[in-house]
Amino acid sequence: MRHREAGWAFVAPALALILVFFVVPVVASLLLSLTDFDIYAVASRENLRLVGVENYRRLLHDPLFWVALRNTALFVVVAGPLSIGLSLVAALLVSDRAVRLRALFRTMFFLPVVTTLVAVAVVWRYIYHPRFGLLNYALGAVGIGPIDWLGDPRFAMPAIILMAVWKNFGFNMVIFVAGLQSIPERLYEAARVDGAGSSAQFRWVTLPLLAPTFLFVLVITMIGYFQLFAEPYVMTQGGPSHATLSLVMLMYLQGFRWWTMGYAAALAFILFAIILVLTLITMRLRTRDGAEATT
Amino acid sequence: MSASTRGYGGAAAPLLYAALAGLAAFAMLPLVWMVSASLMPTGEATAAPHLLPSTVTLEHYRTLFTRLHLARAALNSTMLATAVTAISLLVNSLAGYAFAKLPFSGRERLFRFMLGGLVIPAQVAMLPLFLLLRELHLVNTPLGVIVPGMASIFGIFLVRQYALAIPQSLLDAARIDGAGELRIYWSIVVPFCTPVLVTLAIFTFMGTWNDFLWPLIVLTGDARQTLPVALANLAGEHVQDVELMMAGAVLTVLPVVVMFLALQRYYIEGIVSGSVKG
Repeated sequence: MRHREAGWAFVAPALALILVFFVVPVVASLLLSLTDFDIYAVASRENLRLVGVENYRRLLHDPLFWVALRNTALFVVVAGPLSIGLSLVAALLVSDRAVRLRALFRTMFFLPVVTTLVAVAVVWRYIYHPRFGLLNYALGAVGIGPIDWLGDPRFAMPAIILMAVWKNFGFNMVIFVAGLQSIPERLYEAARVDGAGSSAQFRWVTLPLLAPTFLFVLVITMIGYFQLFAEPYVMTQGGPSHATLSLVMLMYLQGFRWWTMGYAAALAFILFAIILVLTLITMRLRTRDGAEATT
Repeated sequence: MSASTRGYGGAAAPLLYAALAGLAAFAMLPLVWMVSASLMPTGEATAAPHLLPSTVTLEHYRTLFTRLHLARAALNSTMLATAVTAISLLVNSLAGYAFAKLPFSGRERLFRFMLGGLVIPAQVAMLPLFLLLRELHLVNTPLGVIVPGMASIFGIFLVRQYALAIPQSLLDAARIDGAGELRIYWSIVVPFCTPVLVTLAIFTFMGTWNDFLWPLIVLTGDARQTLPVALANLAGEHVQDVELMMAGAVLTVLPVVVMFLALQRYYIEGIVSGSVKG
């Protein structure tokens, strides 16, 4: 085998698999979203009709869709910055060379990331238990009355957000640590020579040089958080009164519980469109930033 | 370098440790409680909350295996994660190496096009994929779970970035000596890329082990369920059995946590190289 043919031969298995099990389904999903594919079509394809953008039109008039969109957006907008902020704090702490046992702290902060989401969601369900949960016990000690975290529509989403922050902050911490390490020490030295104190160094050296890391972290966190599913599925089943129903959960229910797959496909594409647009906007920030840095 | 060179005064050290300790408590308490509650006698975790069991019992772990058949789910998870890891290592390393080192027409364009696919959430493909697997009679079979994980864009990307550093002279010398391309892949590329392949193996194993939505969709029968799916079902039925559920959670989490602790360096490096070069 000559190495020119070898190139194609070596990528062929991967490309074939990606084509058949990813690209084709994605395109098919778009077509599916233009049909009325439902339980009857599952039984016999003769019951399948093209309905154009009807599913999208119906979605926009579906109160449940707006509830799910609002919940998901709330989750992204609150849990995103909270976990990124905590990640940065954790990264600064474990990057400080004066701290002993830095590796141990880093490992502890990272441990929730590798745990199985379903399993720790089960754990947190008990932590949030109104009667014997650890959280209410701790709050009771400082005089805050028992809260029905997962049973009260006002507290269910905050509870899921807190758990997500706990689960994920270690991941971005690792990326921030790498970003901090890539800042040359001489920049801090130069800043000190110019009389910059620690907060000025943070403001004028650390933060600007972390900007690319920030944008990357922002994009992956956003993409991940828009796909919220297992937490509400295990902890609240989307309740109480739809307070934690997410877009992916609604898609799952529509597609795989109620078999309204055309409708669910339209939902999946709206999710994709949202993620794509937000990613592109963030990427533009990145190139603009880069352009400024080079001029 | 001392603390003050990074901007924190020596006097701030107690504060620093207080923050670290607080964060460590936040990160670890739920996990510590999970382990502790799993060892408590029935009913103890629902009494006044406390952190340590009065007497340590393994009865809940026994129940998981004898009465609830979680051993089967654990076995399913192990086999599926192992299979996906083995297949995807082979497929992704071949492709990643080719994208880095074997010139073919349209290579760069194809690679960029493929990377674009990273923005597409997996859920978009799930509905037609399910219908496709249904036609192929793969729903509720192990292969149905494995199929979407056999090749991964991120995996190819990870290997390619690493394989770019393989010295061209090494490959050329092997070719002059008459080595075939598969031979070169096996005896030069794989040994050179071992660190990144370990990283990819950990990612894939953990990702498959921890995955929930796809196994939930494609495995419709009890006998085939993976641990997370089985645990989610049990958690619905056994709401009151806290200690039992915590044992189930420990069982689910333990293999990935142990794997992470053992191979931490590779795992962290994988995230960092995937992000810095991405």
